[in-house]
Amino acid sequence: MSLIELTDVHKVYQMGAEEVRALDGIDLAIEEGEYLAIMGASGSGKSTLMNLIGCLDTPSAGHYILRGTAVESLDDSQLAEIRNREIGFVFQTFNLLARTTALRNVELPLVYAGVPRRERRDLALGALEKVGLGDRIDHQPNELSGGQRQRVAIARALVNRPSILLADEPTGNLDSATSVEILELFDRLHETGNTVIMVTHETDIAAHCHRQVTLRDGRVLADQSLVAAASG
Amino acid sequence: MVVIENFRIALGALRANALRSSLTTLGIIIGVGAVVAVVSIVQGLQYMITSQLQGVGATYVRILPRVQFTQPGQITKPVELTWEDGLAIRSQVPEVGEITPLIFGQSMLKYRDHSYRPFAVIGANEAYQEISQQLVEHGRYVNAIDLETRRKVAVIGQTVADELGMGSDPVGKEIYVGGLPMTVIGVLEEKGRNLGFDQDDLVHVPFDTALSLFGREAGDQVQLHLQLRSTEDIEGSKDRLRRLLRRRHNLAEEQPNDFIIQTQDEILDATENVLRAVTGVVGGIVSVALLVGGIGIMNIMLVSVTERTREIGLRKAVGARKRDVLVQFLIEAVTLALAGGAVGIVFGYGLGAVAVRLIPGDLPPAHVPLWAILLAAGFSAVVGIVSGVYPAAKAATLDPIEALRYE
Repeated sequence: MSLIELTDVHKVYQMGAEEVRALDGIDLAIEEGEYLAIMGASGSGKSTLMNLIGCLDTPSAGHYILRGTAVESLDDSQLAEIRNREIGFVFQTFNLLARTTALRNVELPLVYAGVPRRERRDLALGALEKVGLGDRIDHQPNELSGGQRQRVAIARALVNRPSILLADEPTGNLDSATSVEILELFDRLHETGNTVIMVTHETDIAAHCHRQVTLRDGRVLADQSLVAAASG
Repeated sequence: MVVIENFRIALGALRANALRSSLTTLGIIIGVGAVVAVVSIVQGLQYMITSQLQGVGATYVRILPRVQFTQPGQITKPVELTWEDGLAIRSQVPEVGEITPLIFGQSMLKYRDHSYRPFAVIGANEAYQEISQQLVEHGRYVNAIDLETRRKVAVIGQTVADELGMGSDPVGKEIYVGGLPMTVIGVLEEKGRNLGFDQDDLVHVPFDTALSLFGREAGDQVQLHLQLRSTEDIEGSKDRLRRLLRRRHNLAEEQPNDFIIQTQDEILDATENVLRAVTGVVGGIVSVALLVGGIGIMNIMLVSVTERTREIGLRKAVGARKRDVLVQFLIEAVTLALAGGAVGIVFGYGLGAVAVRLIPGDLPPAHVPLWAILLAAGFSAVVGIVSGVYPAAKAATLDPIEALRYE
């Protein structure tokens, strides 16, 4: 069984009188441990697909099975729980809590998971060390560089050991040198066993991944394995 | 989510915007402050008044003439309550222990080259001391022999002694009261001021001497103060007093009493009622202040929710349920309200202390009872919850995708 199984997934929005078909019949299977890029132009539906995979939204039609659970039939509370346990989000704009230390930021998913204080702290410390910020745990976001902030965000995404790391244009707000660092971090995380799904519109970022799914008009246009090309 | 964790986060948010938080809770601070100040002042007043009355005991009763209002076409006979009535009571109502008449008047006092007009000159008999627990510091009070032999003696208060420059031992000296020469036989124990009235600014003379000073007609409207022998059947005793006086005053069935009988109980009750009314009025004002405070909190919480839209989206993305977000913002509102309440309590305590100093009289120092503090805290919390519900609900129902996209 695949980690993620999307079968004939549709997502339709009502915009006033018009019906917008953001996703128009997606079939996609993602295995554990994959390193996937979802690409497409604006309006291709890649953001919608990401939101769906990340359980921030449910399909209008079709099925989404995540680790054997049918997501489309879950209620709000259950979706929140799945997000907490299975999904680690990394955003383009970092989305860290202001006036809060890096450590506390990373602890956030654990707070909602009900993990007791001491254990929380230990797990958060571990995550921060994994991303190379063991010496910055008491810094607040305004005391950190862009690259460091994104690392904190990645640590937060990892701390509850999710099934999927979901990154939405993770280097969009970073300079080229820092972007490389962050992408290399993702590479490393994939090597240690994480499933990484990156949403991007830039081909050289997508090139880090081993599989590339391209969307157009809410449908899968192409689904290629990149590993063969790299090693070839 | 742990409530304590939320409290910490809420306090952090408050501190970050300290000025804004203070302004927001101004209504609550004022409301709570007013409640606390008034309660402490009222407590002080009540204490002062009741301790006065406790002194005389539960067996204390006073009878006052009741002035009738004239109805057109009605012939009213002037109200009379005399010492003869008092004597009749003494002989015919066995439950009565001691009884004294009391009349008040004004006279000019003279000692050597000093002149002074005291607040009042009081005429009473020897029983007054026992009935009202009035103590004498130097010398003695008026006694039965003074009355029998119609001696011209006076017992003065400390203020009078000072004003007349009588030195440290006025006993035995001669003063003029309303032109009549009198010997000072005692100085009343110092009592200080009570609600703007100096209790040491008095002169007591024997009842008959007072009649000489004020004229015979003064004897037509006296007060009668008495002590019952025991607290058994106070109502019954009141009843017997009433019937006796009605008989003596020839009152027909349908005519109302031309006197008022008050037990210590009733006097205390009347005072309590006044204080309660005052508290009620203040309560009304305070409610308005709390309402304003609540609106302030709701307003700021709505702003806060909007400001933190992306944060809310993020929290939901990492696993916060609607309920978690609701609780977080509700606790923030309650914390804001309680912080305002705490400041209000301190403010009210200070206000009460200042007021106590300004009110004439020796009020006991402002004391805020625990129940008032708990009430204030409780009110603040309720205001916080009620004003926080709507903004918290708004926060909880934000769509995470939209929230994350919010600029």
